[in-house]
Amino acid sequence: METTENVLHQHSENHGESWEGAASPFNISYGKLMMWYFLLSDAFTFAGFLIAYGALRFSSPSWPVPDFVFSTAPFGIHDAPLIFVTVMSFLLIISSVTMVRAVQEGHRENKKGVVFWMFLTIIGGAGFLGCQAWEWTNLIGKENMSVTTNPFGSHIDSGTYLDEKGNATGETFKAGASYLLHKSEEGGHDEGHAEGHHAMAKGDHPNAFVDNDGFIHKKFKLASGPAAGQVQMEEFGPKAFGALFFFITGFHGFHVLSGVAFLLIIMINVASGVYASRKNGYEMVEKIGLYWHFVDLVWVFVFLVFYLF
Amino acid sequence: MSHKTYEESKKAVVKGLFLLGAVTLVEVFISLFGKGHIIPGINDITWIAYPVGFIIAILSIYKAYFIIYEFMHMAYEVKGLALTVLLPTSLLIWALFAFFQEGTAWKARREFVKEKNAKTVEPLKGKQGYVEDTSLFRL
Repeated sequence: METTENVLHQHSENHGESWEGAASPFNISYGKLMMWYFLLSDAFTFAGFLIAYGALRFSSPSWPVPDFVFSTAPFGIHDAPLIFVTVMSFLLIISSVTMVRAVQEGHRENKKGVVFWMFLTIIGGAGFLGCQAWEWTNLIGKENMSVTTNPFGSHIDSGTYLDEKGNATGETFKAGASYLLHKSEEGGHDEGHAEGHHAMAKGDHPNAFVDNDGFIHKKFKLASGPAAGQVQMEEFGPKAFGALFFFITGFHGFHVLSGVAFLLIIMINVASGVYASRKNGYEMVEKIGLYWHFVDLVWVFVFLVFYLF
Repeated sequence: MSHKTYEESKKAVVKGLFLLGAVTLVEVFISLFGKGHIIPGINDITWIAYPVGFIIAILSIYKAYFIIYEFMHMAYEVKGLALTVLLPTSLLIWALFAFFQEGTAWKARREFVKEKNAKTVEPLKGKQGYVEDTSLFRL
């Protein structure tokens, strides 16, 4: 009995001196600290993806040029390199800023302000997702890119394209120039692209080869490089590009989607007064805020690696 | 922004918006410049990609710093917390160099195999089983 009393006595004596949950060494709540560490682990996942992209790009003799691949925008805009993704970046930046405002209003225990700024944040996030949906639809539906097929290639040497009779045309290209393999279309409904890609029968032609999937591989005569003078055809670009693009932007988009879902849940909770009764300065809003800023942070690097380099 | 008044922190937010927006625009401009969209033909200079890549990478890291320190309030947290989050990410610097080196090595290896495949070798006379081409051992 004595020992138990002793322990209890010591216990109460130590109270306040050693850390027993009274004051945290990092001066931060458990939830926020764990959010930081979750984000740290998530940063490593994204870094793994982006470094894999870099390693595969370095290992490839040619790589699709981003300002050629990402040059279309809604409303029939094309040949506008990087414009659409810049708009997407701005949407995320603005939604990040409105999130900061929501956290600030939370510190003032201003319920209406928190709901208002969180609502704007959700609009920004949803707008970003809408833009990404359009970008994916355009790449998959119109430009026929998939996880395993990459119709975006680039020339390693310079040369001249051939005409219907197999003679050289005036259409030349330089080493490093990009191209997109079009699909032979029966209907010929051609909106987005200036280059004509009308219906062509499958098989070998003097100016092109149409493969079984209908992709038109234009033929050209090389003017430089070790194979100068030979006639070759446009090949598919590096296969890894499609898989990397869809997995990395998809993984980021999934983060945005879950962020929007959590923002919505927390906004509804704020509106119904769940956090007001806790009187902790809307800490839940701070936590989702940390997550939301991280999503913006990751986009900074996805934007850098995929679109700017 | 715990050390600022409400009005001050509201102003800081607007400042942050314009800063991040401006840096992003500058990045896009420099990237397009390096690809030859601003001055046609500049992308024919092979080394131009290096300074352009370097500048946009630095600008992106600055944006990341701003988001972490101001928007995520890392500047106002205890130093120990900041270190436990930021130090592990410095491991990634190693990963960047190691894996880019690795990618370059894959490319060199593939080109080496291609070159070897294209070679025609005369059948050996006399000394059978003797490997003359020691460079094959590199595989």
